[in-house]
Amino acid sequence: MTEKNKTFEPLIEVRNLTKYFEINRGILGRHKDYVQAVDGVTFTIGKGETLGLVGESGCGKSTTGRTLIRLYKPTRGEIIYNGVDLGSLSQKELVPYRKKIQMIFQDPYASLNSRMTVGDIIGESMEIHHLARGQERQKKIYELLERVGLSKDHASRYPHEFSGGQRQRIGIARALAVDPEFIICDEPISALDVSIQAQVVNMLEDLQKELGLTYLFIAHDLSMVKHISDRIGVMYLGKLVEIANRNELYDDPLHPYTQALLSAIPIPDPEVSRQSRRIILEGDVPSPINPPSGCRFRTRCAYAMERCALEEPEIREVKPGHFVACHLMEDKIAD
Amino acid sequence: MNKPLLEVKNMKTSFYTHVGEVQAVRGVDFHIQPGEALGIVGESGSGKSVTAMSIMGLLQYPGRVKEGEVFFKDENLLKKSQREMMSVRGNQIAMIFQDPMTSLNPVYTVGNQIVEAIVRHQKTSKKEAREKAVEMLRLVGIPSPERRIDNYPHEFSGGMRQRAMIAIALSCEPSLLIADEPTTALDVTIQAQILELIKELREKLDTSVILITHDLGVVADVCSRVIVMYGGLIMEEGEGGDIFYRPSHPYTVGLLKSVPRMDKAEKQRLIPIPGTPPDLVKPPKGCPFAARCPHTMKICLEEMPAYTQISKTHRAACWLLDKEKSERGGE
Repeated sequence: MTEKNKTFEPLIEVRNLTKYFEINRGILGRHKDYVQAVDGVTFTIGKGETLGLVGESGCGKSTTGRTLIRLYKPTRGEIIYNGVDLGSLSQKELVPYRKKIQMIFQDPYASLNSRMTVGDIIGESMEIHHLARGQERQKKIYELLERVGLSKDHASRYPHEFSGGQRQRIGIARALAVDPEFIICDEPISALDVSIQAQVVNMLEDLQKELGLTYLFIAHDLSMVKHISDRIGVMYLGKLVEIANRNELYDDPLHPYTQALLSAIPIPDPEVSRQSRRIILEGDVPSPINPPSGCRFRTRCAYAMERCALEEPEIREVKPGHFVACHLMEDKIAD
Repeated sequence: MNKPLLEVKNMKTSFYTHVGEVQAVRGVDFHIQPGEALGIVGESGSGKSVTAMSIMGLLQYPGRVKEGEVFFKDENLLKKSQREMMSVRGNQIAMIFQDPMTSLNPVYTVGNQIVEAIVRHQKTSKKEAREKAVEMLRLVGIPSPERRIDNYPHEFSGGMRQRAMIAIALSCEPSLLIADEPTTALDVTIQAQILELIKELREKLDTSVILITHDLGVVADVCSRVIVMYGGLIMEEGEGGDIFYRPSHPYTVGLLKSVPRMDKAEKQRLIPIPGTPPDLVKPPKGCPFAARCPHTMKICLEEMPAYTQISKTHRAACWLLDKEKSERGGE
């Protein structure tokens, strides 16, 4: 399934994952509504693989990541990690999995406690999980700092003394402190400058190779997602609309939304840019409180038919390893 | 060559803060022709936004333009009083910003804000101005503008707010539009809409555009000429082809290599630029990129190189180019 020709061994299987957020409306807050942030998402991530998850703001990609690590309790669906459904576990039962699954956040300014030293930020989780104490902990902190390209001396400093790129390195060191198997990277480079982004991405790639990590890489920057991922899933308004191998997705995007999304990315090459045909989508993303009936993309889709409003397309395998949720694919499946 | 619409000469801008003088812009020269689209690329702290704010006379305390000239239609904008600038801003030069939510006033309707701009600069009645405002909203692609004109900014989505900002900016038909990261806060499909709109309006209204961005892809799409800034200085300047196909400054080369190319199938390792940008409180004596450059020589640390004119449209400030030149001359 992956291009590295590895045998595909699932590490995490997400089945029909759904997360609704309740909101109160009306003067007395008695009227209840639901933000349908993630609705019936199904995918698998193999061991040692990087799955990219892309989509625009509000599509539910971050909520998917946060629900996977059980920062949110799923409304419905299963998150099967090595055979265990994380969705049904209590907070206490989850503790060992919190060590196996770690997360790197988008905002390196907000995600580090400004009153703790870098050493304590990295070392805190080691104590919580009883991994190392005293001298040993200190030694491990130094190792981690060096591993992410910082130095020993940085351990006693505070986050405000670091640049955005360095802070993101600290965030990565913190995630690595508990020897995780699986790391959810939620827009880890979006807040960084172009020249610094490549430093962080290369480091993530090296760490994956050395430590055999599995990544879920969430981002809106498709070119970076394509660069780092083995397979890519595209989300729109809470739904997974397409998922395929990275090159397959870029060479033969089948969902009209994926096609528009890919064509919208500006390429740093004036000739290519001039020749490329842009698909400009009309209008904006509808509200996830009241999503359109049937296919959620139909209000902006150039190919929408009557059926799209009535019936929700299921995600189905159209080509080997290439799944699409669109009624247009009907003939292809029949073949 | 025609007379430039705007010409910036040796402009230096500093912020006098409690930690010292932050030399944000350290002497930039450039010009823009009527109807041209010029891109200014650079990372945060490169001085690209401060350059724009200095031109517009919008620098806030403790910022000050300490040297240089900005000629716009034969007048030095830096010599103008705040009052005189008010009749230039929004009228002849307009600006749009990154965050359309904070640049629109939340307590006035969108229509009010467009009418305000029109009435401020043109001799029209409120009624005529309102008609013009509806027309502007239609021009920027807001659906049913007669109705939407009475909406407040929070009733607009991010993309629509940026369209409204563009409507305000273009309502007095300025000859220059400065767009500072106009699509950075927007999603890619909305970004594509806005960039398409800027391109279309530039052709239709013959407005010059200065597009400030960190995204090389956006520049390649919209601009015919590009300036690359780093550490408060222009490192390289050229036409799109010069910068993207024949980059001559190691910083430009580095930037282009550090972004993944989506249209390339094979997975290539990115080549990052090591290190971090310079501290502009104590800017380096020599080339600001020297500390991160793979080709640094002794002279790079000591003296800032002069610009080498590579072709009629293309110049860069790097000692490597100077050396090449002298070697060729010695043959």
